[in-house]
Amino acid sequence: MSEQTVERGITSGAADAGAASAARAGAGGPTASTGAARRSGPTPGARLGRLADAAWRPTLVLLVIFAVWWFVADREYIANYLIPTPAQVWEKLTSEWDFLLENSLITLYETVLGFALAGAIGIASAVLITYSPTMERSIYPIVLFAQVIPKIAIAPLLAVLLGTGLAPKVVLAVLIAFFPVVVSGVTGLRSTDPELLDLSATMGAGPWKTFRKIRFPNALPHLMSGLKVAVTLAVTGAVVGEFVGASEGLGYVLLLASGNLDSALLFADLILMSIIGIVLFVLVEIAEALLIPWHASRRSGIPLTTS
Amino acid sequence: MTTAPSTVAATRTTGPAVEMTDLSVQFRSKRSRTVALTDITMRVEPGEFVSILGPSGCGKSTLLKIVAGLVRPTTGSASLMGQQVTRPQDKIGFIFQRAALLEWRGVRKNILLQAEMRGLDRKEAGRRADQLMEMTGLTGFENALPHELSGGMQQRVSLCRALLHQPPVLLMDEPFGALDALTRETLNTELNRIWRETGTTILLVTHSIAEAVFLGTRVEVMSARPGRIVRSLPVDLPAERVYADVMADERFDRLAAELRGMLGSGANH
Repeated sequence: MSEQTVERGITSGAADAGAASAARAGAGGPTASTGAARRSGPTPGARLGRLADAAWRPTLVLLVIFAVWWFVADREYIANYLIPTPAQVWEKLTSEWDFLLENSLITLYETVLGFALAGAIGIASAVLITYSPTMERSIYPIVLFAQVIPKIAIAPLLAVLLGTGLAPKVVLAVLIAFFPVVVSGVTGLRSTDPELLDLSATMGAGPWKTFRKIRFPNALPHLMSGLKVAVTLAVTGAVVGEFVGASEGLGYVLLLASGNLDSALLFADLILMSIIGIVLFVLVEIAEALLIPWHASRRSGIPLTTS
Repeated sequence: MTTAPSTVAATRTTGPAVEMTDLSVQFRSKRSRTVALTDITMRVEPGEFVSILGPSGCGKSTLLKIVAGLVRPTTGSASLMGQQVTRPQDKIGFIFQRAALLEWRGVRKNILLQAEMRGLDRKEAGRRADQLMEMTGLTGFENALPHELSGGMQQRVSLCRALLHQPPVLLMDEPFGALDALTRETLNTELNRIWRETGTTILLVTHSIAEAVFLGTRVEVMSARPGRIVRSLPVDLPAERVYADVMADERFDRLAAELRGMLGSGANH
């Protein structure tokens, strides 16, 4: 419908302004509110429907895996001290809830702190690398070096250097999580259309304004992808940090459980780690949806006019 | 119709709006040296509409970028409003072939980018943005995002953005090259009206003979590699151009035929 009205707008020449308003009416809404209305998305009902449509397949797969697990463990095809039954895991989760919650919160805290630092350091490095060739030559090799060292291998070293407290876990989370932030940040900042930079120059804008209004927003879609990878890696970093010289946290509980052959506790622990990762990932996804609703990866709207 | 904004160009200058003297540009790569432009001398008076016509790859875009201060000439010099161009110029409005809009901003905010970057008064700029949107038929699309608009509408936004600060000189680099013929005609008619209403000096780069003649008060013809100006033809048509009338005018036919002949021979150099 909007296609036809705009077609008319093109052919009618001088009366184009009039035709454009016809196209606007055709697109179905009064003046200024159309933009907002268009972007506010579908109704709650439709959204629920889409969610159900997206969720039923993975749910089914999970249920099948769960059923197999239950079947194998319940019949003791594999010994219970290796694979506990879901009921045993649930029992452990509820009976040890206070202990598990306390340790989950510690790991969560380390992860969030590590992720935040990785984000800040990563973005700052990306900016430096993009703007200064000298910095690119001096920082990039170090960034790469920090990435290729097996993080698990340096965990004992960190424990020696930084003690057994919070610091080594956070440092490990930062080390493991900041690489994707740097890479995605550099890619994003460099992907600015050169014409936009030319345009900015003819507007008399300085480098800071160009960064704030053009380069950074333009880099956000890439950056958000990097942050999504980083947040899941930060969990790994924190847990690996807890493997060495820790007396609390889910990583420590994992060692404890496997040492005691307490497979139910081990499974409960794994479930909690996964939950932390998923919850943080979803939070970053939500941040992404709020920050870049305009990006192609997040669009659902139909064009107002055709070319 | 909105009232015509005051003509900045007319109040400020006595000399030429744009002047290029013996310009040449060479691009050097490791292996070769390409002469992109050579012997360019051109004078554009305030209020003129100069069409720069040439085959693709003749360096016409580079010419505009030199005037804007985005590319430095190898030899020769350019001046804008009586001042030597040595760095990016902000006394201009620049329009690219692609609209070059910020995809995260709505139409109105895209236009207002010009004001934000220059630190202009917000209220004043807002009023002028509304005026320009009305003039170009964008009213009602204030909050639409670029991807929701057609190519023609996007280029209208770009035009409004380039006009927001009332620049004395407007540089247009094949602005309608990517549009379909009908949209192009509409926008040409609008551009002619905007030029008459604002009194802005316009340099338009194009490879369409019809567009060059329809819009220009003068057509500068360039040859291909190395690009230089082979002819300068005044367009002997009234300032107000109506598409059907111009197309039916025999002066248009004559000019277009002459230009076509020149481009043919120019390409053989």
